[in-house]
Amino acid sequence: MALDSNGKRVFKVVGTRPARPDGVDKVTGRALYGADVSAPGMLVGRILRSPHAHARIVSIDTSAAEAMQGVKAVITSRDFAVVEDASTRDVQVNCMADGKALYDGHAVAAVAATSAAVAKAALKAIKVIYEVLPHVTDVDAAMKAGSPVVQASRAVENVPKGFSENVTHHCEFGHGDVAAGFAKADKIVSRSFKTAATHQGYIEPHACLASMTSDGKADLWCCTQGQFNVRSLCASIMGMEASQLRVTASEIGGGFGGKTTVFIEPVALALSKKAGRPVKVVMTRDEVFKATGPTVSTSIDVKIGMTKDGRITAAEAHMRYSGGAFPCGTVDMGAMAGFAAYDLPAVRTYGWNALTNRPKEAAYRAPGAPQAIYAVESVVDELCQVLKLDPLDVRLLNAARKGTQSSYGPVFDDIGLVATLEAAKAHPHYHAPLGAGQARGLSCGFWFNFGGNTCVSLNVNTDGTVGVTEGNPDIGGSRASISLMAAEELGIPYDRIRTIIADTASLGHNDVTDGSRVTFSVGLATIKAAQDAIRKMCGRAAKIWGIDEEAVEWIDGAAVPAGPNAGKFPPMSLAEIAAVSFQTGGPIAGHHEFNADGAGVSFGVHLVDLEVDKETGATKILRYTVFQDAGKAVHPAYVEGQMQGGAVQGIGWALNEEYIYGADGRLQNAGFLDYRVPVASDLPMIDTVILEIPNPGHPYGVRGVGETPIVPPLAAISNGVSRATGVRMSELPMSPPRVLKAIMARG
Amino acid sequence: MQYAKPKTVAEAARLLKDEAGVTRILAGGTDVLVQMKAGMVEPALVVDIKGLPGIREIVAEAGGYRIGACVAGAELGEHAGLKALWPGVVEGAELIGSTQVQGRCTQAGNLCNASPAADSVPALVAAGAVARVIGPDGVRDVAVSDVPVGPGKTSLKKGEFIASIFVPARPDRASDAYLRFIPRTEMDIAVASAAVSLELDGVGMVTAARVALGAVAPTVRLVEAAGAALVGTRLDEAALDALSAACSAACAPIDDKRGTIEFRTHIAGVLAKRAARIAYTRAGGQA
Amino acid sequence: MSNIHVTTSINGDPVEFVCAPDEPLLDVLRNRLGLTGVKEGCGTGDCGACSVLVDGRLVCSCLVLGVEAEGAEISTVEGMAEAETLHPLQQAFIDHAALQCGVCTPGILVAAKALLAKNPDPTDEEVRFWLAGNLCRCTGYDKIVRAVQDAAAQMRSA
Repeated sequence: MALDSNGKRVFKVVGTRPARPDGVDKVTGRALYGADVSAPGMLVGRILRSPHAHARIVSIDTSAAEAMQGVKAVITSRDFAVVEDASTRDVQVNCMADGKALYDGHAVAAVAATSAAVAKAALKAIKVIYEVLPHVTDVDAAMKAGSPVVQASRAVENVPKGFSENVTHHCEFGHGDVAAGFAKADKIVSRSFKTAATHQGYIEPHACLASMTSDGKADLWCCTQGQFNVRSLCASIMGMEASQLRVTASEIGGGFGGKTTVFIEPVALALSKKAGRPVKVVMTRDEVFKATGPTVSTSIDVKIGMTKDGRITAAEAHMRYSGGAFPCGTVDMGAMAGFAAYDLPAVRTYGWNALTNRPKEAAYRAPGAPQAIYAVESVVDELCQVLKLDPLDVRLLNAARKGTQSSYGPVFDDIGLVATLEAAKAHPHYHAPLGAGQARGLSCGFWFNFGGNTCVSLNVNTDGTVGVTEGNPDIGGSRASISLMAAEELGIPYDRIRTIIADTASLGHNDVTDGSRVTFSVGLATIKAAQDAIRKMCGRAAKIWGIDEEAVEWIDGAAVPAGPNAGKFPPMSLAEIAAVSFQTGGPIAGHHEFNADGAGVSFGVHLVDLEVDKETGATKILRYTVFQDAGKAVHPAYVEGQMQGGAVQGIGWALNEEYIYGADGRLQNAGFLDYRVPVASDLPMIDTVILEIPNPGHPYGVRGVGETPIVPPLAAISNGVSRATGVRMSELPMSPPRVLKAIMARG
Repeated sequence: MQYAKPKTVAEAARLLKDEAGVTRILAGGTDVLVQMKAGMVEPALVVDIKGLPGIREIVAEAGGYRIGACVAGAELGEHAGLKALWPGVVEGAELIGSTQVQGRCTQAGNLCNASPAADSVPALVAAGAVARVIGPDGVRDVAVSDVPVGPGKTSLKKGEFIASIFVPARPDRASDAYLRFIPRTEMDIAVASAAVSLELDGVGMVTAARVALGAVAPTVRLVEAAGAALVGTRLDEAALDALSAACSAACAPIDDKRGTIEFRTHIAGVLAKRAARIAYTRAGGQA
Repeated sequence: MSNIHVTTSINGDPVEFVCAPDEPLLDVLRNRLGLTGVKEGCGTGDCGACSVLVDGRLVCSCLVLGVEAEGAEISTVEGMAEAETLHPLQQAFIDHAALQCGVCTPGILVAAKALLAKNPDPTDEEVRFWLAGNLCRCTGYDKIVRAVQDAAAQMRSA
């Protein structure tokens, strides 16, 4: 391993920017996504959904639909297995209501028919009798005693008495004497915040093709972030053995966490089983909004005490999250992440989850963290304003660093927050003059990053090329980054490697592509699989040379004798060893499987310049810069892409994106027309600065990068808007009517 | 559903009259196809009028222009003469939807969809544009302002359709402008909108003014008091404030997912002011 | 509701198909003709993933009926490359990392090609407003704008 003058590893291919292996397929329209495959004899599956926010299903009469020509199967909750595990049963009930419709858009029945037109007519022919029940969609209302109860008896043991039965979950984190800390503060700011539920907004609707045969075997092709999780969920819900269900992940048209679970896959399998034919189910966009995704909606109180020179003395937060109609632990993430950027003597966070008549929450990029950090970073900014302190200096003064006991328990190892803040402070953006009516906002962001169960095979081909088989769908360019790491370790060019994503029958279990775990965990497994293959190749060379295996080492893509005593042989390249592998013991492959640990946390800082039209409340983003610690940027262009994409999702969340419910509990904006994700003309360029503070838990120093960038925009923009308008904003999104109302109330 | 693409207006009118069930005209299709997809309408017959003679043309007529019912938004923007004469009319039509929608959407379709938020309608109303309606009983001309009668409802009778829209001649020193408010920069439906058409005299005094508002009432609303507030002024601040107040007073909006009553009422006045300034400058006035 | 026979041209090739009178062109392209490079993100004209050219005009194929293709010339992403040679826009999107998941990419490429045919030297703002109807949720649009500008520069100097 070559080192530079600072003792840092010198990389040959990691850190370069080669073309992604899926590029040509994607620019020519050849890449196959969830809805792009067909099977002979395939039927069209469609789902009937509740028009009510909360209703008892009195009866479902499917007889007229079943009698229609071209209808091959009609199913309801009766067609699924009885599932014991509570969380899997929640997934099942979310896929098909059982006795009660819990939200507008909850599936109640499904059909498979010979055409879309027949399927549509069949849905109309299903007669469902509902008894409409009172509903609740607001998290604060749902927590109050006397609220309509979404599901009874779901609370875990530590939830105190006195709340509504909707309160299912409670958590608490922190350390130190908070009361004593607040007593030392020169200024305390307490403020309450609300954030709307947002949707991941992937452009590809959920789609799958299921084919189940009468002998109990099934194949499922679907767009997912985790084919192994799809297999285990579907096998449980269908009462199948995992070995009999093969799941193949298609190209995925965006996920952002929203494709980590199942919505239509068990339905397609049940339809296929009943019809005896393959069934394709593709969601419409309004189904995507009504019945998949969104984030939690939240209500958060934050209280922070600060000395007049900017030292935080104590911090406390109460976080009330709703993950929709099913128990949800996402508030844990918020309660843990809220104060992670700070080195605090005393900190306490309390989290609650309440059931509401909304769709079941699905993960969305750093789930739970953006909301909590938005509230915290807003109060820090307000303190800086009140105490007339520089917001970057205050963050530097209080920044978590190596050795800090984090607000959620663990002591941090090498982390990049201070370096990131210093980079922001040194950047021209922070010093650029602002025009009249313009303001600058900033915020820190944080995400834990995951490791997890991972399995990789690496096959050395006889022509000197290498195939890497991994099990995590590529949502951000991971096939390229995995190939780069394999190339680095093996010492061969990037383009000699092809990385593919295996189906569930071809590889051991891999956890879902989530938690920014793939480049870290799969990369680490790939490096170790490469080392396994290298050991074997060194053994083959030793055999050819007639020396001990231990006397061979691997340098620059070739086996070489380790020192003069080992013997004098010219280096034998990977290609040369591979070419004669059939004569030296057979094919050469490396493997690695493990439950990866050591994912390093990731911090970021975002700077935004903006202006608010004080007559309309409209906010225009003028300049935006993302600073983030990537550990080691394996493919810097794709790291930048994560930083830019995450930032823009956060910008949408801050300004316009929200689930809007009517008084009837129905979703008012189930489409891209009124669920307003940012469009190209809304934005400036998103500048990026990658910091590289190596993660000690990875041989190349890699940290996950995908999630942290969605965290800071919420507070950065809110802080900018608050400074531009002179009114402290406390609710997301900051849609123009809301901002104008605040401006006019200020007078 | 039946699909027909008649070659003559008489055939189109007959097809529409003879169909007992629900009929829809297909021009650009950017509303009708969305409504069909959502199951909001299930027509028995769709009559595609793009094959009718002259229906995709803009022709000069009596100093103004006659715009065929199937001229797409993008084609309006590419017509230099129309754009010079009625820039506000063209910018209203060009604000409908995306570039893709611009390739299909039509003013006539926007008008017949009868949304109070229709982007192309306020400027047409301010312009005093006239729709030529073809029906089983022949041809009649109807003021654009009289076509929509409520959200999704028009005054057209069974079998009738719009074949063209006429925008009249203008004197020298006259122009117009249209502004809408949307939360993003593109792709939204107007939360409120305002069109202003002005005529000036040689010294920059407003001699005639028409102001129309969108998305603040069940139909696009011509606000005569707002126009009157500008006549006889050089668009000084007092006149603009009077314009703004008259506009806000004329609003009868709703609270919905796109905006509140309070917001729409306020914004309508702001937009009218801004549009008036643009129209004034375009007409050669020195603000 | 009997199907209608349509004769058209797609990517320069003569094509015939039958479709239901209410069937969107998008469904015809994807389900009847196998042109699955044309993507469906919404079906209501709000995302641009199904963008195609009809007689040179950029449209959402979800907002066009299949029967309207009669006698028309349609271009899709599948017709952009010439045999092995990618269109400069396609190559620029790969080189600039202007795609991640790639599901919006076909629509954006078709839209960008239409822009450069009309305006070979657009400003960044013109690119952004032209592409406002093409939603991308992965990239934040930064690298897309850069890729379009690079391709435009290459095409101008070609």
